[in-house]
Amino acid sequence: MSTSEQRSTTVKERADIALNNDFLRKAVRFTTERLRNGKQIASTEHGNWDEWRERGRQIRLHTIAHLDYYLNLFVDNARANGVHVHFAEDTAAATEIVMTIARHKQAQSVVKSKSMVSEELHINHALEEAGIEAVESDLGEYIIQLAGEGPSHIVIPAIHKNRYQIAELLSEDAGEQLPPDTTILAGYVRRKLREKFLDADIGMTGCNFAIAETGSMVLFENEGNARMVTTVPKTQITLMGMERIIPSWEDLEVMATLLPRSATGQRLTMYMSGITGPKRQQDGDGPEEMHIVIVDNGRSSQLGDPEFQELLNCIRCGACLNVCPVYRQIGGHSYGGTYSGPIGAVLTPALNRNVAEWDDIANASSLCGACYEACPVKIPLHDMLVYLRRRKVERGLGNRWESLGMKGFAVVMGNSKRLGAALKMGRLFQKPIVHNGTISLKVGPLKGWNTYRDMPSMADDPFRERWTKLEQELDQQSVTMDQTMQDRMEQLIQARQRRQRGDRNES
Amino acid sequence: MKVSLFITCLSDAIYPQVGEAMVRLLAAHGVKLDFPSVQTCCGQPSYNSGYWEETRTTAKTILKAFQDSDFVVSPSGSCTYMIHHYAELFKDDPIWLEQAHALEAKTYEFTQFLVQVLGITDVGAHFPHRVTYHPSCHGSRLLGVKEEPMALLAHVSGLELVPLPFADDCCGFGGTFAVKMADISGAMVSEKVDHIKETEAEVLVGLDMACLMNIAGNLRHRGEQVRVMHLAELLYEGVAVR
Repeated sequence: MSTSEQRSTTVKERADIALNNDFLRKAVRFTTERLRNGKQIASTEHGNWDEWRERGRQIRLHTIAHLDYYLNLFVDNARANGVHVHFAEDTAAATEIVMTIARHKQAQSVVKSKSMVSEELHINHALEEAGIEAVESDLGEYIIQLAGEGPSHIVIPAIHKNRYQIAELLSEDAGEQLPPDTTILAGYVRRKLREKFLDADIGMTGCNFAIAETGSMVLFENEGNARMVTTVPKTQITLMGMERIIPSWEDLEVMATLLPRSATGQRLTMYMSGITGPKRQQDGDGPEEMHIVIVDNGRSSQLGDPEFQELLNCIRCGACLNVCPVYRQIGGHSYGGTYSGPIGAVLTPALNRNVAEWDDIANASSLCGACYEACPVKIPLHDMLVYLRRRKVERGLGNRWESLGMKGFAVVMGNSKRLGAALKMGRLFQKPIVHNGTISLKVGPLKGWNTYRDMPSMADDPFRERWTKLEQELDQQSVTMDQTMQDRMEQLIQARQRRQRGDRNES
Repeated sequence: MKVSLFITCLSDAIYPQVGEAMVRLLAAHGVKLDFPSVQTCCGQPSYNSGYWEETRTTAKTILKAFQDSDFVVSPSGSCTYMIHHYAELFKDDPIWLEQAHALEAKTYEFTQFLVQVLGITDVGAHFPHRVTYHPSCHGSRLLGVKEEPMALLAHVSGLELVPLPFADDCCGFGGTFAVKMADISGAMVSEKVDHIKETEAEVLVGLDMACLMNIAGNLRHRGEQVRVMHLAELLYEGVAVR
């Protein structure tokens, strides 16, 4: 999907489709609840979770701050291990690299393990256009590939489908009716994929972490399919975002603690593979030739941007999606990009370098901060959403009516006399439309609100008009403050003053 | 010692009884609040929508209003947290920046003020009802007000506190979000109200009138009888009745 395609619909239109799809909403709720409860249990059980998060954040901050150094180190080590390392600036460059390797290998078939970068690059389309079969081997990815859809969740790509819908898709694929029984369905895909693994000329993977100190790549997975992809085909191509680096195996310990627990509530995924170069003589299996394509595709433009650089810290666990109350209602496809949920709402515009122009996806958030609280590396996504909105406004691309409204807001709120007058006017104007203390008129901005709620009317006597009388009344009945309370307050003031003096001396 | 009330525009215009309950409750403990009438709004609607220039205009009214206060107390965690953004808004303006830091350090949300500043967890209230509590996102998650309301509620005699399922999930208000993304917001508030109904509580209590306005609006729209109150109102009613 290109940028222009995505922008042919608005997030609101896409969300409307999801909001009217009960199957989808039920499926999304069911799985996100399971995942977030699992995460809650696993992180509590592990203990000191916030310290682990902070440690994870520090590792990511450090790595991204020195990304040039660690990328070089990684590339040097990977090359020394016999890996062909390529750099791709954008989708076109990455696709060209992959296609060149495929042509060179005269590949007929590529079998893939789950990779969000490959989704971002739409590499399957490119392969298929060249007549090369591309087969997704992650169960969820296999399902959405059959459905001709993109992933609607970073970790659980087919989260929006229930087992009946999946049984239908797989039955069509099998050419026979399969029952909606998960064991039977998974068994069918397993048999089918077995042939694909054996036939594939190229195995293609993503990369969860790249270890700079040894030039290794690490994959976390549950189905064993990534291990098949990296051991059976003769050629391996790994697509990795340029920010996937961590310095050392020691750092992986922290990431291996954070990632599975945050993603699925598992202590560890069923498989964790560390791959350092192609097959050596003494190895029983593994690819004879190994390529790593390091993809920029908008990532480097976040470097040095104080508001967005931390986006590169993301480890793609999907925890922010699982807790997001908006994602819960509208699912992943409403976000219109490869990445969905809170991280997608920020990452998609950022990676597309047209931060300000990207539709109004940043508005599809109540800024509740659940994403930040869930994030294992503490990315302040709720702040970034506001920065996106601000950049849009600053470039004059904000909604014209909203812009006028905000100017009016600043005029009224910039002065308490004007606010007082506005309150009086408001009371006057609301008179004809208030019934029983509520306004249920459905026009203008009230339409959306009043479709789901009743609007309370303004009070007859706002607080600022009540105050004088209230103050007089309370002056009559003076209660003296308890001495300990008074001491507490004075101590707090003194402590605050000491802190402020300290701050001033420091600066 | 000057303790000032930061009423917030919503409580000022729509819910003055919340401010009044706060004032009376604190007066009973010898804390006489002051009300600088030059205050307006914290600026959150324009800040969150990306209109920061407009927000600075509004923020200045708040900074000026509370310049001489020793403590500022507000019935909203969200508006209190907005003041924590002021330093970012005025980062290139040393004079306003210093004021922003000073205001942030002395501003407390209502329950923070009671518990952290005054050291009160028992106001002596009696409220014999089945109550559930919705923790508003900005207050609980960003400002970190989690224990304080629980401590206060635990000391109200006769009160039966029922846990709200999915309590931490946003009610769907989100300021202009509720208007811009009305259908998503509507789905969120409908789910919140479903959970409130599950508790069979007579009263929903919270610390932020914006969220409570949203939830109460949906309750009323659906003809539900659940009473919606700010904790200050609940505590004051519980004391006054006694």
